[in-house]
Amino acid sequence: MSEKPVDTTKIRSVKKMRDLMTTYYLEALSAGQNNKQVAWITSGGPVEPLVAMDIIPVYPENHGAMIGSAKMGEELCAKAEEMGYSFDLCSYARADIACSVEKGGPIGGLPRPDMLICCNNICGTVLKWYEIQARFYNVPLFILDTPICHTGYTPDIAAYVRAQVDEYIVFLENVTQRKLDHDKMTQVGKLSFEGQRLWQKVLNTTAHKPSPMSAFDAFFFLALIVTLRGTPIAVDFYKELIAEMEQRIKDGISSIPHEKYRLLWDNLPVWHRLKWLSARFSGHNACLVADTYTSAWCGAIQYIDEDNFLDSIAQAYTRIYLNIGVDQMADQVLDMIRFYDVNGLVMHSNRSCKPYSFGQMDIMKTVREKTGLPVLMIEADMVDPRSFSQAQAETRIDTFMEIIKQREA
Amino acid sequence: MICAGIDIGSITAKAALINGKDLLGTLVIPTGYHHLNAGIRVFDTLLQQNGLSRTDISFVVSTGYGRASVDFADKTMTEILCHGAGAHFLNPDIRGVIDVGGQDSKAILLDDQGRVENFAMNDKCAAGTGRFLEVMARALEVALDQMGEVGQKADNPSKISSICTVFAESEVISMIARQEKRENIIAGIHDAAAARVANLAAKIRIRGPVMMTGGVAKNSGMAAALEKRLKLPLIIESFSQETGAIGAAVLAAGTG
Repeated sequence: MSEKPVDTTKIRSVKKMRDLMTTYYLEALSAGQNNKQVAWITSGGPVEPLVAMDIIPVYPENHGAMIGSAKMGEELCAKAEEMGYSFDLCSYARADIACSVEKGGPIGGLPRPDMLICCNNICGTVLKWYEIQARFYNVPLFILDTPICHTGYTPDIAAYVRAQVDEYIVFLENVTQRKLDHDKMTQVGKLSFEGQRLWQKVLNTTAHKPSPMSAFDAFFFLALIVTLRGTPIAVDFYKELIAEMEQRIKDGISSIPHEKYRLLWDNLPVWHRLKWLSARFSGHNACLVADTYTSAWCGAIQYIDEDNFLDSIAQAYTRIYLNIGVDQMADQVLDMIRFYDVNGLVMHSNRSCKPYSFGQMDIMKTVREKTGLPVLMIEADMVDPRSFSQAQAETRIDTFMEIIKQREA
Repeated sequence: MICAGIDIGSITAKAALINGKDLLGTLVIPTGYHHLNAGIRVFDTLLQQNGLSRTDISFVVSTGYGRASVDFADKTMTEILCHGAGAHFLNPDIRGVIDVGGQDSKAILLDDQGRVENFAMNDKCAAGTGRFLEVMARALEVALDQMGEVGQKADNPSKISSICTVFAESEVISMIARQEKRENIIAGIHDAAAARVANLAAKIRIRGPVMMTGGVAKNSGMAAALEKRLKLPLIIESFSQETGAIGAAVLAAGTG
């Protein structure tokens, strides 16, 4: 008797998401013709005031992810090295800097910025990276400095960051020569809150066994909460995506054909090897059901007060996953291990992302001690394929899966 | 039931035959360019030496970097599980394994059943591998299998500070130019490679008794340098190079 074939129908929302992203980039690329201003902003930066002031936000990091997925990272990173930048510099920064000069990459480079918004809650590299771009494009740069909350959010940090939120608004008003419409700001704040709430709900659907989508899908669907946070587009899309996921659960549609093992991913994706990694794991009947990365765009939602948005974002943007102590990061990883009920943890030691990769050994140790679960460390880079060895990754993944199979047998 | 394990490494191909708790025989040949041919040759020669034919074998497991090329194997397993199983077969007390092969080195933690609890491998770098020693042996015009013996005669081991094999080679060449004693340079090389491997062992908090496996275990100088770094004695069996193949055969017996 043959087994009933497992339904792994593709996710329908993928097409809609692609269309939305295409429209977003077309609008951004034609901003100049439509008398709209463009701000480049770091992925963890407070985008809502930009949306409220009708400035188009553009994300070099999202662009970096596109460059990585399009396998154009090596060429652009090498170009930046020819320009004198170190191989040790983050590959998003290298690709972006080279792209500005070359107008290369999958969309021929990002639209020229009218201003740059840099928030260092994700790393310290962005400071120098944005300073370089501010000089290159000769545009004003605003830096929002969010001290790392190693143990907690102190009153000093709160006052320091809150004051900068006001400075941020003044900066935008000066550059645009327009005043912020506070009613609109409130409205955008509510949409941002709602978008983040819905995004968390999308991610929560993968707690179901078998999982209706994987972390690889989440890496893709993430782009909207990053780029269009604070707009009704993100809210509407995620409502549809949740409905589709709930329907998939009802219909018994799973992400991979035979989900036997569930895994948690840590760090950014290896953008240039998504398909390969997904196939390698699913060949072992393992589904990466969740990750610490995509939840970063809704992980600080408990600090947001949607009725008092500007006051609350100081805290919400300061206490994101990459800006807290390693102990707190480990606690979040442990929570996810329990919530998604996984059989192991896969950590990507990302040569580019130092704040994400630093502390992984400690988190690994904590996870082992508290859960006894196997933990795998893969060395790679999110964009630059020269920092990745496929044969070595293969052996490590296969060994890790052999250990999990032995344990679960 | 006779089972076979075939380990296709980057430099040598190994095969082992076991029957229950008995090791019937092992063989090591150079891998060369063609992984499958190496697998066929090492397997068939070993069978012949033992007066057996392929039909006598119940199950074959292949391992090593060329594991997927061995199309006649019933199953493939990674070398980490195989080295663990092989070490356990040779000595059930073993809790830690350090395998230094041609192009990678690994530290493995075992439970009392010989199952792998944790492991660490070298990253995209040849330092601390057999290849590192090979490159250095060539630069110093010493036969690879003489390295251990020569290095043990050092009176004042040189200090190699570069981690990278290519840079370390330049460093060694400048030492040769300065006419440092060959024995001292070799001892320095062993210590540099051992430091890299000890680092992997520390990552997984290795515990004894520790067995050293892989081709490099035959290098007494490297083993001594490693013992010093780890502050632990290393158990080295005469089958150190074939441990992966033996483990593959053990796992074949468990599956078949």
